[in-house]
Amino acid sequence: MKNLSSLSAIILFLFFSASSAEQTVRTERISGSAGDVLEDNPVGKLKVYVYELPSKYNKKLLQKDPRCLTHMFAAEIFMHRFLLSSPVRTRNPDEADWFYTPIYPTCDLTPTGLPLPFKSPRMMRSAIQLVSSNWPYWNRTEGADHFFVVPHDFGACFHYQEEKAIERGILPLLQRATLVQTFGQRNHVCLDEGSITIPPFAPPQKMQAHLIPPDIPRSIFVYFRGLFYDVNNDPEGGYYARGARAAVWENFKNNPLFDISTDHPTTYYEDMQRAIFCLCPLGWAPWSPRLVEAVVFGCIPVIIADDIVLPFADAIPWEEIGVFVAEKDVPELDTILTSIPTEVILRKQRLLANPSMKRAMLFPQPAQPGDAFHQILNGLARKLPHDKSIYLKAGEKALNWTAGPTGDLKPW
Amino acid sequence: MKLSALHQSYLNRRSNSFRSPTSVDSSVDGSGKSLIAVFWLILHCLCCLISLVLGFRFSRLVFFFLFSTSSTTNLYSSAPFRPDLPVKHLDVHTLGRRLDPGANNLTVAAATAKSSRVVVGRHGIRIRPWPHPNPVEVMKAHQIIERVQNEQKTVFGMKTSKMVIAVTPTYVRTFQALHLTGVMHSLMLVPYDLVWVVVEAGGATNETASIIAKSGLRTIHLGVDQRMPNTWEDRSKLEVFMRLQALRVVKEEKLDGIVMFADDSNMHSMEFFDEIQNVKWFGTVSVGILAHSGNAEEMVMSMDKRKEMEKEAEEDSSSLPVQGPACNSTDQLIGWHIFNTLPYAGKSAVYIDDVAAVLPQKLEWSGFVLNSRLLWEEAENKPEWVKDFGSLNENEGVESPLSLLKDPSMVEPLGSCGRQVLLWWLRVEARADSKFPPGWIIDPPLEITVAAKRTPWPDVPPEPPTKTKDQMPLSHGGKTVVVIPKQQQHSTKIRKPKRRSKRNKHEPKLTDTTQVSSSSSKRQERN
Repeated sequence: MKNLSSLSAIILFLFFSASSAEQTVRTERISGSAGDVLEDNPVGKLKVYVYELPSKYNKKLLQKDPRCLTHMFAAEIFMHRFLLSSPVRTRNPDEADWFYTPIYPTCDLTPTGLPLPFKSPRMMRSAIQLVSSNWPYWNRTEGADHFFVVPHDFGACFHYQEEKAIERGILPLLQRATLVQTFGQRNHVCLDEGSITIPPFAPPQKMQAHLIPPDIPRSIFVYFRGLFYDVNNDPEGGYYARGARAAVWENFKNNPLFDISTDHPTTYYEDMQRAIFCLCPLGWAPWSPRLVEAVVFGCIPVIIADDIVLPFADAIPWEEIGVFVAEKDVPELDTILTSIPTEVILRKQRLLANPSMKRAMLFPQPAQPGDAFHQILNGLARKLPHDKSIYLKAGEKALNWTAGPTGDLKPW
Repeated sequence: MKLSALHQSYLNRRSNSFRSPTSVDSSVDGSGKSLIAVFWLILHCLCCLISLVLGFRFSRLVFFFLFSTSSTTNLYSSAPFRPDLPVKHLDVHTLGRRLDPGANNLTVAAATAKSSRVVVGRHGIRIRPWPHPNPVEVMKAHQIIERVQNEQKTVFGMKTSKMVIAVTPTYVRTFQALHLTGVMHSLMLVPYDLVWVVVEAGGATNETASIIAKSGLRTIHLGVDQRMPNTWEDRSKLEVFMRLQALRVVKEEKLDGIVMFADDSNMHSMEFFDEIQNVKWFGTVSVGILAHSGNAEEMVMSMDKRKEMEKEAEEDSSSLPVQGPACNSTDQLIGWHIFNTLPYAGKSAVYIDDVAAVLPQKLEWSGFVLNSRLLWEEAENKPEWVKDFGSLNENEGVESPLSLLKDPSMVEPLGSCGRQVLLWWLRVEARADSKFPPGWIIDPPLEITVAAKRTPWPDVPPEPPTKTKDQMPLSHGGKTVVVIPKQQQHSTKIRKPKRRSKRNKHEPKLTDTTQVSSSSSKRQERN
């Protein structure tokens, strides 16, 4: 009798604890195609060796122009700093799984702050020549166990204009290496199969400083601030953003549900936190920091960029978090958004509220567990162990050192 | 993002493109070179002229379409021209670019064997035929917004909210509709579950029931048989009795929530209801006391007097018109601020319609909130410093809710220790002889009355009523309806047959502006 009563008490206790756990469903766990990997700790799973390059490849560039630390391509610099003090770093290159070359190819800025990619191929080439001649590890695999951070518009194609970038293709010397880049578009020349897509750099402190209490009701339906026509470079329209941003403007400028304009308000971050959907259309390149901002501020991103590959696509199930709209469907954007069932919207908001999701999009200083640095390392760790075939036999050459435009072959 | 960089490359491209036609030239016979150059010049001028005429940039893509036979995957049809853009200087590069990389792209594409669905180049801007909001979708969007906001409230707002039990003593009088409507609207806005216990002096009446039924709230309407007395002091005593009756009902029905006392002439802020959710057992808030007087002179005088008194004022009585908890520096309750009645000594209202300041009691009930479980007979965790409500003897003089406690120091001060005034106390009533139509419905409807030639002035008493008609007596204070006795109808131009009063009650009359009649009905006079 006593046993029975204690057993029933235990069962009752379990039942009540289970039911009470269900009541507070504020966030949901995020698991992508690679499983529930957002919170993995890369320490112990891989070892990274950081080459010692002369400071003309990194520090001097930064000294010349400290704006490189705050623009959206600053990930390359912060990745270097993170790796120098990270526990995955090893001083012994023989036991390293991955090799990192600290080079800042996007740190050559115009007076207005835009990076010029014209010298980057030469800089990269010269760095690789240095690495291959001073250490044997490059020649061992012709760079297959090396990774490079190339956050520029079209990654390692090193050009801001898409046609030119497609023409150039990925730098021939980098064809075997793993590229960590912000650009991602399926079936595109500038996205290699094994690349890791990362979010662009957005300043974490600035975003944290503009947080508003989460119980302020979200009253804006769709929010967007930015250009619709790039009048200086594409006056007729139709070229910038493949006409998608112009279509958004022309179709919805009269719609009160769409708070879209080209203003630069000081309350941009606060407004995003008061909006349910934030548009993230492509510009000259398909990626933009808007995605990071939308995720951090809990606004569901509406991604209008065909075939885009979003950051950490194997760890984060973007289809469940954001709304994808084909560029040809932009005129029906309001119908698409209002026909999403409310349960789906609430679920997306719960996924966005997951703090590990927000952490994964940011590059905080100093690094915190679960942030973008760790996601990059997790991505690299998932590619291990290296296939035996990457190790070349003696005398075998896989790369063509003279390929590419003649301008690239000049020394830097 | 690409401003100056593209500008530089743009210039490069211009020079490049000038080279491309010449490269085309080089393959042509030398004698034809000048011809082609002249042809390009003529084409250029032609396009300039057309653009000037049309008012926007006329792209020479048109000519390319006409003359080109090679198909490139880059071209898309109908880039809509934007007529509002300024005319810019024409550039040759669009045409040149098409000629040059056209072949290039194909080879590159073939070489890498990747075919992308997404193509670089000029795309059309898709605009739907009616780019305006669809009202059905707007409604759907608003429903989505509302649902999201509700979810936000439940997730980030209060975790578990307790029911609010509002206790209101009332009685039928002229200002009852005014006061009860105010309280009712405040209670309707409360975002938590609510029970409204309305206790009425003089028994539960339909008048009160009809007012509170409009709220749509869950109500408990109780009646107390005594009539509301005429003096403020006696009134407050009866109100205490009525509140205790309500608390008894709370105890018997075992209502679970937070009891607050919403006197019908008080005004509550919404933050008050949010703040009282934090009470554990017995809390107190600061009440702003609006002790008005009917006479402005009196008010000024009393203020001066109050200033004099302030100089001699003792420290523990506050000069602010606020009744509420007093705390020490560590936010612990040490006492109460009460309203200083000294300036009003001898000048306060005694009868309900006196033209003088109405003063609050020492401690008004509306400044206290309690957990309804204190009233229950058996509740778990009920603290020992609470007297048993069932055995409370009213004849011992219950003045304030503190009489329910053995130890008043256990009261929780709310609203950051009384620094926030969350509700206001006010007592204002109509004159003793004021009347109002029952239910505030004028039935039968008032006629429009127009003075006839021999209209008696309001001061002149009306002629005695004829036949079975009752007339509404005129009272001082001024009424807008001028009632003309029936005999005066003969002086009007249009004659209508005399109406009997009974008919008036049942049928609405068609009014003619020149017709004069008296509105007749048996009106109940209420005070």
